[in-house]
Amino acid sequence: MYKYDEYDHAMVAARVAEFSDQVKRRIAGEITEDQFKPLRLMNGLYLQLHAYMLRVAVPYGTLDSRQMRMLAHIARKYDRDYGHFTTRQNIQYNWIKLEDAPAILEDLASVEMHAIQTSGNCIRNISSDQWAGAAADEITDPRPWAELLRQWSSFHPEFSYLPRKFKIAVIAANEDRAAMRLHDIGIQIVEKDGQHGAAFYVGGGMGRTPMIAPLIKDFVPLADMLSYAEACLRVYNRYGRRDNIYKARIKILIHELGADEYRRQVEEEFKHVKSLGIDPPKAEFDRIAKQFAPPPLDASAPDDIDRSDPDFAVWVDQNVAEHKVSGHAIVNISLKPVGGIPGDASSAQIDVMANLGEKYSHDELRVTHAQNIVLPHVRKADLYAVWQALDAAGLATPNLDLISDIIACPGLDYCSLANARSIPVAQKIATRFSDLGRQKELGELKLKISGCINACGHHHAGHIGILGVDRKGTENYQLSLGGSGAEDVSLGTITGPGFDEDGVVDAIERVTDKYLATRTEGERFVDTFRRVGMAPFKEAIYG
Amino acid sequence: MVEHIHSDGEEPAVTLDAFLSQSNATAVRLEPDEDARALIPHLDRLALIEVAFPKFRDGRGYSSARILREAGYVGELRAQGDVLVDQIAYMKRCGFDTFAPEKALNPVDIEAALARWPEHYQSAADGAVPIWKLRHG
Repeated sequence: MYKYDEYDHAMVAARVAEFSDQVKRRIAGEITEDQFKPLRLMNGLYLQLHAYMLRVAVPYGTLDSRQMRMLAHIARKYDRDYGHFTTRQNIQYNWIKLEDAPAILEDLASVEMHAIQTSGNCIRNISSDQWAGAAADEITDPRPWAELLRQWSSFHPEFSYLPRKFKIAVIAANEDRAAMRLHDIGIQIVEKDGQHGAAFYVGGGMGRTPMIAPLIKDFVPLADMLSYAEACLRVYNRYGRRDNIYKARIKILIHELGADEYRRQVEEEFKHVKSLGIDPPKAEFDRIAKQFAPPPLDASAPDDIDRSDPDFAVWVDQNVAEHKVSGHAIVNISLKPVGGIPGDASSAQIDVMANLGEKYSHDELRVTHAQNIVLPHVRKADLYAVWQALDAAGLATPNLDLISDIIACPGLDYCSLANARSIPVAQKIATRFSDLGRQKELGELKLKISGCINACGHHHAGHIGILGVDRKGTENYQLSLGGSGAEDVSLGTITGPGFDEDGVVDAIERVTDKYLATRTEGERFVDTFRRVGMAPFKEAIYG
Repeated sequence: MVEHIHSDGEEPAVTLDAFLSQSNATAVRLEPDEDARALIPHLDRLALIEVAFPKFRDGRGYSSARILREAGYVGELRAQGDVLVDQIAYMKRCGFDTFAPEKALNPVDIEAALARWPEHYQSAADGAVPIWKLRHG
């Protein structure tokens, strides 16, 4: 894990001091809410329906147990004893008082954490593969690249008043667990002639105009990566639309210019930027990479698992993944109990996970974009003990990637942008499909719910997606099918007219029944949809 | 040195179009949607480039400033308009050396804002040595 040095500490401390001063001036009335807004946003502080919401950055989703415990402490001390893990691998607190924000940031800084650039029209927290450093299919650990980008993008003087927010994801495996191509910049670390480099996909995104990022450059050497990113951003900062907030993301610029013309402009800018010497030397990458060295895992540890407890065996089959080192496993902790709020965890649960991370996972935890938690490095021999502790804390729901492992935004229960509630819909779907046998029969089925067109719940990328809209003053839910945020990236297609809350649950049941009746051997829901198309599903839904 | 100015008696800055069509002006004003690179052939004869910030949220002027400094412009580079105390540290990093805010700023706040950051993660147009260079010499 990356550890701050004196410079990193000093930068975060300066930011806390700056924001404390800004809050003081706001409370004293020296700056207006309009002037304060971009400042608080760049420190993760939103004004929501009922209170301030604070979004804390978890860079590339990686945490140690001390940091995880601090998240529990903040929930306990400043909020209502819980936090909400988000699709950007962050955590947000829903009931924060403005005057507490500086103290919270100070508490965070004491464990090398912050809320820097978790919102606002700047480069946001860099996301990554939650299995980084553990996945059997990765070519290298993507996090040193992400950390290099984190430092470059932090307090970037030229790119802090962009046309719109800017999200970057970095992966290094062929399986895409980070929805890489649905980011403003998606980077995949690839290998060419024995060297690692960055493939740049630029101009993806969700929101009201979802787009899959085109490949802009197939291989950017490490020595050029920051210059290339700087060129991508400069073209956007200069020419991205500022006349209409809904057309201000980089995807619209690239769509309007065409990928080829955007690439030409970036290449031209890159030639100039490269001459400025802004790329750190390899020694800096090596310094960072050393801190992500694999933990000392014993490859001769026993590789078999005692499956005599049937409940444990069910959980192992669903929530435990292959580790790159024999005798070890990746544990996925579902924050999606039936009837619960997707992504929410109580302070006590956060502490339980922190303790397990410390004791069984080389002091590491991860937050996933699917709003779950990962213990990346667990000995297979310890799995039973981990499962027992999780089960006792209500954290052993064996539903990873099943229909009840729902991504949902906070929706109209919290969010000032939302048109409809997301949480009750998620709860009703999970309850309808609560029978685990039925869920397993349906297999991998990624269901994602957004409470408004901004698509924080990734509905475009759901095998089944739900979008809540406001229709003549009542909540209405549109259903879409066939999206994916993985390496088989695709955007969902709307089925037809929307439904009320119960209607959408019924419609999903008709869709899943149709799938079971139509699939061929081994076909996932999304595969069947791609093979047979919308028509049979439409008929099943609307008759 | 950063000044917080509005000096009297200086030559008024002309628009980019006017500047490009008259050879004797030494001060120009650049709007957010105008290409700073159009000035690159003429930097030698410019004493002042005023970059307009009609709205503080419009960050195009930050790129304009860096482009001009990267092209070797050494004259006065002024941020004019909706320039707020919380933006000036970044503006200075992008190469601005004077500020003409529409609403006067508190000099104490300016000093605090400019003294805030001990170091910087990335190099920009202010000549500051980035943290990675401090780490590796």
